[in-house]
Amino acid sequence: MSSIEVIFDKCIGCGLCVKACPFAAIELVDKKAVINEKCTYCGACVDACKKYQAIVITRHTFEKHDVTQYKGICVYAEHRHGKLSSVVAEIIGAALKLKNILKVPTSAILLGHNVKPLAEEILSYGVDEVWMIDNPKIGDFAEDIQAGLVTQVILEKKPEIFLGGGTIFGRSLLPKVASNIGTGLTADCTELEIDPETKLLKQTRPAFGGNIMATILCQYHRPQMATVRHKVMKEAAKTDSTQGKIIEMNHIPVPDPVIEVLEFVQEESETVNLADADFIISGGRGIKDPKNFALIQELAKAVGGAVGASRAAVDAGWIPYSHQVGQTGKTVNPKIYIACGISGAIQHLAGMKGSDIIIAINSDPEAPIFDVAHFGIVGDLFEVVPELLKQING
Amino acid sequence: MNIVVCIKQVPDTTDVKINPETNTLIREGVESIINPFDAYAIEEGVRLKEKYGGTVNVLSMGPPQVDASLREAISLGADEAYLLTDRTFAGADTLATAYTLAAGIRKIGDVDIILMGRQAIDGDTGQVGPEVAENLDIPHVTDIRKIEQIDDQGSIYLERLLEEGYVRLKTKLPVVITVVKEINEPRLPSLKGKMLAKKKEINTWSAKDVEVNEKRLGLTGSPTQVVKIFTPPKPAGGKVFDGDIKDSVGKLLRELRASGILMGSEKGDE
Repeated sequence: MSSIEVIFDKCIGCGLCVKACPFAAIELVDKKAVINEKCTYCGACVDACKKYQAIVITRHTFEKHDVTQYKGICVYAEHRHGKLSSVVAEIIGAALKLKNILKVPTSAILLGHNVKPLAEEILSYGVDEVWMIDNPKIGDFAEDIQAGLVTQVILEKKPEIFLGGGTIFGRSLLPKVASNIGTGLTADCTELEIDPETKLLKQTRPAFGGNIMATILCQYHRPQMATVRHKVMKEAAKTDSTQGKIIEMNHIPVPDPVIEVLEFVQEESETVNLADADFIISGGRGIKDPKNFALIQELAKAVGGAVGASRAAVDAGWIPYSHQVGQTGKTVNPKIYIACGISGAIQHLAGMKGSDIIIAINSDPEAPIFDVAHFGIVGDLFEVVPELLKQING
Repeated sequence: MNIVVCIKQVPDTTDVKINPETNTLIREGVESIINPFDAYAIEEGVRLKEKYGGTVNVLSMGPPQVDASLREAISLGADEAYLLTDRTFAGADTLATAYTLAAGIRKIGDVDIILMGRQAIDGDTGQVGPEVAENLDIPHVTDIRKIEQIDDQGSIYLERLLEEGYVRLKTKLPVVITVVKEINEPRLPSLKGKMLAKKKEINTWSAKDVEVNEKRLGLTGSPTQVVKIFTPPKPAGGKVFDGDIKDSVGKLLRELRASGILMGSEKGDE
């Protein structure tokens, strides 16, 4: 079993570890560090005690996989209504970058019915192989059966890295696969790189609402799995000459689904798909009245963007929850995010801090939104937005 | 209806600071609360009980102080509380956490519905729900915004939030459901609930009390390892225009053009 131990002979009772511990899990008893049950093995104390080396973590790992058997980088090709999700080109882009370092083949797992054209599209991005199961039982929202199928493909083909989109579907499917295989999975990564020495996949992701970043390794289990945040990685480019091939894996039996789709409802307004939008215009408390969201809509239309909202606007009932950006809503990464009348509470920032460019419009120059904004205009949004529209429409 | 709600105790704010010297989280002075998404799961569990009868069991894994969050869940209408606490559970990633929670759910026994929030606000992974389902070998549905009904045949009708709309689904019990905020508005604890919560006996289970392979627990059972924690870089000095509005808007658009960030009509596609 893993353990954490204080070597009393080396501990001088300086208390540096007590200060370093984020979980208040260390106390000084008779001038010696004593670790209590709040400890999560984070290792902060070990770093703090570099000088005396009095704290030692012994890390054991269950049933290590034979990692040498696994080769190649595989992505999950999510699709819906006959179209590849836009995140697929992004994770292929990430996979091709990793391939340059690792010099291993790339592949994609594609499950569905009549999906051959999608397989060809995937190959056009420069992927070496598409592992395809084509079966009428595999519906668009069937992670119940897809998880088992993906698992079997992976166990047969043994890729060392398996990536999926950080979409609602991907973040539901991949955990089930990881658990099935008994390997690690890192959620919603914003950075992937190969460690030059160990060749391990360094997976970096935001946590605590984007306030900290963590880099995570999966050393002894395969594949190293990650979901990748939408709109962060650069898309792979399509090429005319494709050399990859489609490998049909229809020998894997497809079970009957236990989840039945009754109805798919596309939200009426096209301005709700915050995940795919390059521009998002958001309104907050400063909008004052539900009618005034029309102004935000107008700006969104003018730039071809989607409409977002702060929690305050949603809780006031001015706009549906599906528009909410923030910790208890959606996390978005558009090219441009325009916050209109949003003060910038921590919880809101957690959902939009990853945007390439943040523009704040607020009448209060002290509003915290200006701290994260690349550009800001201090002024009444009811004057600023119409002026913006006027000058954009020129 | 035997319902289990899995909850996580988290720090009360996402405004977590990093100690630049030690590169670790400063949680000093930060209160612990029930993960906000899990509060919706508790409320939904209580509503299902009110509609269909049954028991709401609330389950958590963590250090002994999670007791306080479980008592809060009782005050909000849960009937029974279970705490999985043991040194060997510490350092668990989502795989080991789900494995341990699943063992607790099996020990509670004959469970129809397992509810939890779509993700915890500290880890932000959303992985534990699907991983618990896999451990129990039952289906899961994530991001549920509405439980429409449960019929006599044990079928459950749900609405799942998607990026571009929603989808109505039907599946069979037992099932793991993760919920979004839209699903309900949690009630406040009642006075009676608070009194009950004070006296309630919290069932506390160690590794020995549940059927587990010790190697799958905590740090030992965790394939992933955090090797570095750091603060993300701040955006380099934002430009704020606070003069005449027409002027400010003009300056903003000029800046955006100058840095090659095109907007709307300037792309020529309007």
